[in-house]
Amino acid sequence: MEQYYFHSVTLDKSKCKGCTNCIKYCPTEAIRVRNGKAVIIKERCIDCGVCIRICPYHAKKAVTDPLDSIKNYSYKIALPAPTLYGQFGPGFSRERIVLALKQYGFDYVFEVARAAEIVTNATKSYMSNNDIKKPVISSACPAVVRFIQIRFPNLIDNLLKIESPMEVAAALSRQEVNEKYGIPLEEIGVFFISPCAAKVTGVKAPYENRISNVDGVLSIKDIFIPLLNIMKKQDNITSEPFSLSSAIGVSWAMTGGESSAFKDGRRIAVHGIHNVNDILEEAVKGNLDSIDFIEALACPEGCLGGPLVVENPFIAKVNLNNEIEKIKMNQAHSVPQKHKDVKELEWKSTVEYRPIMKLDDDMMKALEKMNMIDKITESFPGLDCGACGAPSCRALAEDIVRENARETDCIFKLREKVNSIAHQLHQIDSTGSMNDDNQ
Amino acid sequence: MASVVERDYIIPANDFTIAGEASSNVRKILSQLGVAPDIVKRTSIAMYEAEINAVIHGNGGQAHVEIDENKIVITISDQGPGIEDLELAMQEGYSTAPDSIREMGFGAGMGLSNMKKNSDILDIKTAVNEGTTVKITVFFK
Repeated sequence: MEQYYFHSVTLDKSKCKGCTNCIKYCPTEAIRVRNGKAVIIKERCIDCGVCIRICPYHAKKAVTDPLDSIKNYSYKIALPAPTLYGQFGPGFSRERIVLALKQYGFDYVFEVARAAEIVTNATKSYMSNNDIKKPVISSACPAVVRFIQIRFPNLIDNLLKIESPMEVAAALSRQEVNEKYGIPLEEIGVFFISPCAAKVTGVKAPYENRISNVDGVLSIKDIFIPLLNIMKKQDNITSEPFSLSSAIGVSWAMTGGESSAFKDGRRIAVHGIHNVNDILEEAVKGNLDSIDFIEALACPEGCLGGPLVVENPFIAKVNLNNEIEKIKMNQAHSVPQKHKDVKELEWKSTVEYRPIMKLDDDMMKALEKMNMIDKITESFPGLDCGACGAPSCRALAEDIVRENARETDCIFKLREKVNSIAHQLHQIDSTGSMNDDNQ
Repeated sequence: MASVVERDYIIPANDFTIAGEASSNVRKILSQLGVAPDIVKRTSIAMYEAEINAVIHGNGGQAHVEIDENKIVITISDQGPGIEDLELAMQEGYSTAPDSIREMGFGAGMGLSNMKKNSDILDIKTAVNEGTTVKITVFFK
């Protein structure tokens, strides 16, 4: 089961046409096309979801828990990501969405936006510590954290070592329900309503075998229509007294939202995994030492552009901004979130470097392999056409040296070989004709 | 026979968009070879500084990299104006970079001292009007 959930991002073989779109866009070169179907190299995948977005045949998908899985618990808590509020358009206010979640069958709703505010406060106090390594890089996006673990080990120390809003929301809501209503902990099921595949992996296979407080992850995509149908039937919206989060927490769904809470300091908000890569490249060079905080989100426009959303991220942004304006005009309704002990929210352990690109444990052998890769790469046409199933000629050369591919996977190499065989055949043939003459 | 991985890079003059590509590439190679992250970091910072110097002061130049199982040796050479007073240039904060370069965030006078700090052996050969060759050695153990 754990192996199955190791990555949320998976392939629907029946839909895959074996085209090369995904291999070209994957930021960690984690996909190959072999025998006409895409294959994800598990240890390289960071669940960023780029391939889900790029695949024209919708063959890449993110595994989430089925909606029915909430029935496994007698007391059900929903943790809606703030991105959910951007999905429905004018008229479908946050109050209606929260109410609809309850009408759907959840006993309790705890906005992840509320936890986001707590994390914001914790981050502010974390940033005021002079011992921390700057620029501090947000750890809110699990795909970015995993990207750093693979590609930028020297930036691990820069990661903001504070639990994500999802984890904080899960822990707090469970505790709240237990204390307020006396519900036994084992009867409570906590479900995150997610725009994000990497969050699923984060719950099913947390960093370094930590334990997640979330019991299940439902996709926004799956719950969208049920919620819409419920909301269409809502007539008298009398929202019961409910502590809703303020604008700061809700804005976390968008790029720039997390860092907008800091009044001072130089901040970068970058989104889209390839843009994130460029910024992290600058950071390792030491070019960003004057920056205090980097908010890096793998998806375009931040979580609003997540692979499990319904609405176009730019339209969702308008919806969410309208909601934020409403909250700002009506601040009385929102309660600023405080948390007793900031230390409690800090990571108990750090994440580790995962040197998965390493060619060999033995340096001598690694050098030899590197030389072989160089030599093979040079013999290729250098078109990076992808027809071999690897994203570039060099990647194919690496695969060959790692014994995962053959030289003739390159169609140009194959053509050379076929030509040479044809030539040989021709020679045999002409020798044969001469023999005929002799007869 | 011991294997050596070699690389050659052209460093174009006054082109900041390409500057840093060579050191970034070397960083990836060292990671693939399994060199420890802190050593990779030191190497790439030292090389990046040398690369930027060649761009700013040296009218561009070339980099030659040799990696064996014990060390990396990076030789960056330019045919630029050379350094008049090397001892002075080695001091932190000393810079001859023009304002236009400083406005771009470069030329703070930390280049050579950063190079020294991050390399195990730093060997600089320079002659006025002939050019500068910087040889950076970083040991893996």
